[in-house]
Amino acid sequence: MPDEKSNICLSASGLTKVFGSGRTKTVAVDHVDISLCEGEVVSIVGESGSGKTTLAKMLLGLLSPTEGEVYFQGKPRDISSHKKRKEYWKNIQAIFQDPFSSYNIFHKIDSVLLDCINMRGGRHLPYEEKVEMMTEACSFVNLKFDELTNKYPFELSGGQMQRLMIARIFLLDPKILVADEPTSMIDACSRATILDMLMQLRDDIGMTVIFITHDIGLAYYVSDNVYIMEQGVFVESGSADDVILHPKEPYTQRLISDVPKIYEEWDLSTV
Amino acid sequence: MRHTIRQVFQSGKFVVGFAIFIVILLIVIIYPLIIPDPPLAIIGQGTFFEPGIYVNVYDSMVAPKYTLNLDNAATKRIASRLKDEDRLAMKEWLMAIGIAEAEIDIENTEQLLTLWETHYDPQAKISGMTNARRNYYIRLNDSLEGLLSTERAIIAAENAETGDLEEIDSVTQSEYVNINQVANVRFLPLGTDNFGRDVLTELITATRVSLKIGFVAGTIATLIGLTLGLVAGYIGGMVDDVIMFVTNLFTVIPSFVLLILISFSIGQEQRGAVTVAVVIGFTSWVWTARAVRAQVVSLRHRDHVNLSKLSGHSIAYIIFADILPYIASYVVMAMILQISSGILSEAGLSILGLGPRTTEVPTLGLMMNWAMIYQAHVLGKWWAYLPVLITIALITFSMNLMNTGLDQVFNPALRE
Repeated sequence: MPDEKSNICLSASGLTKVFGSGRTKTVAVDHVDISLCEGEVVSIVGESGSGKTTLAKMLLGLLSPTEGEVYFQGKPRDISSHKKRKEYWKNIQAIFQDPFSSYNIFHKIDSVLLDCINMRGGRHLPYEEKVEMMTEACSFVNLKFDELTNKYPFELSGGQMQRLMIARIFLLDPKILVADEPTSMIDACSRATILDMLMQLRDDIGMTVIFITHDIGLAYYVSDNVYIMEQGVFVESGSADDVILHPKEPYTQRLISDVPKIYEEWDLSTV
Repeated sequence: MRHTIRQVFQSGKFVVGFAIFIVILLIVIIYPLIIPDPPLAIIGQGTFFEPGIYVNVYDSMVAPKYTLNLDNAATKRIASRLKDEDRLAMKEWLMAIGIAEAEIDIENTEQLLTLWETHYDPQAKISGMTNARRNYYIRLNDSLEGLLSTERAIIAAENAETGDLEEIDSVTQSEYVNINQVANVRFLPLGTDNFGRDVLTELITATRVSLKIGFVAGTIATLIGLTLGLVAGYIGGMVDDVIMFVTNLFTVIPSFVLLILISFSIGQEQRGAVTVAVVIGFTSWVWTARAVRAQVVSLRHRDHVNLSKLSGHSIAYIIFADILPYIASYVVMAMILQISSGILSEAGLSILGLGPRTTEVPTLGLMMNWAMIYQAHVLGKWWAYLPVLITIALITFSMNLMNTGLDQVFNPALRE
């Protein structure tokens, strides 16, 4: 199907990451293939320690893979120099798990957002225009920029920090967003808001989203395609409906049965 | 930032250490402004004058005289003149004529003199006593009577023409001068050293120079250690391996031996205070480098660093803006320790005779070196070395206290 192939914006083949050597050798990600089409939401689901975050960091270019190649828009990705990396990161951005450790505590919120404008080549814009852009980004995530100026990130709540992260993505406008468990440190009410905002990024801007989570229910809620990851390997993949409603692998079935349901008594013996 | 500083000054340990340090610093800065004497001026002819107030004899002779009748003046005078051996001899004589040992207290001058006056008889024959010994007792008795007499003493001057002595003034035992009216009085709180230099002035200049050496050495060591640690820790890989290889080499070689060898090879002529400081700085960066590297390694995979990378910042920017502020508190603490160990290293080098060359400035180590060479510790001249020791101990103590205080503020797990 040539049509679908031209649509693929990020793919990886045989991606492997090995930490340490000898007796302490750990294979975090083991020959993983993944491909993303433009505008789709892909979930990578797995337990803690299954290699999801390592895979995400390799896709982002923050970790160099031990083996394997990442292709961006059909061509092998080249991030050998600072300039090329910067160019790559204009296209792929991330939201991290812990909003409290994602910010440099010595920098004010303004500078976080100004960095994004500068990266998009807006360094020479007049200050009023920059403020306008920041205000727009903040209103996208229901934050008021006037109240945030001259504040430090740690003066915000966890939910507000994570929304500010999304405002950052809004300003940067990358093609691909890697959301690494963006809601796992957030309470349930803020979680829904943040998920809605992520979906809005996809729907309004057409962003491709890689959604990493341990919560298979959440994955079903947001994604088109789902990859189930166990100990560095994809054990099952396919459309969300196929994988989650008709799981074939026992690991997937276990993940689904482990989701706590309010109306059922939780059977701790399966854990 | 302001909050952190407030927290630091709420730590008792830090405040005490800081106060001691600031007092030392203020003394070092203010003293030379009040007493601008050159620190190495030789004022005393002779070695190791005791601490005290030195009153010019000639000036006190011509100063206005006042007669004060004080009861115990004579006793005090005799007490200060009567040597221990004389007291023992007196006791021996008194016991020989049959006075119980328990009654004689040689420390109590008044009682001893009363006993002596009532019992001493120059004619008395004591078996086994030589003539020389008897004459000694007669001389001792005469000098005691001389001290007790109320006769005046004459001050005479030689007439230039005739060569005769002419009386110009006389003093009696109850005459006093007001010390404020004597033209030349010199207070030497710590006496003089082996070259006859005022120890206090010397000590304060030495403290200033030693602090300067400590600061220069500490700054150099911290800068080298910080740079290497940051680069090795953040860049990692081959660069890390090379830097850590060199660092480990330096760890294995005892830095003090290295210091001695370098100081020796520089030679006496080239060794100024600054040179010594630089040499100390270049040999003591190792632990700072290792510790900074360890901290940076733990920081470089943090999310805020990743985010900064994703925002397109350069390596230099990330090191300065995203790594350095996080380890700044540690670096400040390490620098305080480096300064205090720099001061100690200088003292160690100088006491071995490898310190700054001796003609220009004193340092704490040099003062110890001089005191040691002239055997102040053997002769019991404590003022030549004890104040120096206390100063070194105080500086090091205050800095370590500041370091511990900071550690407790930045490392809440250590709080009690």
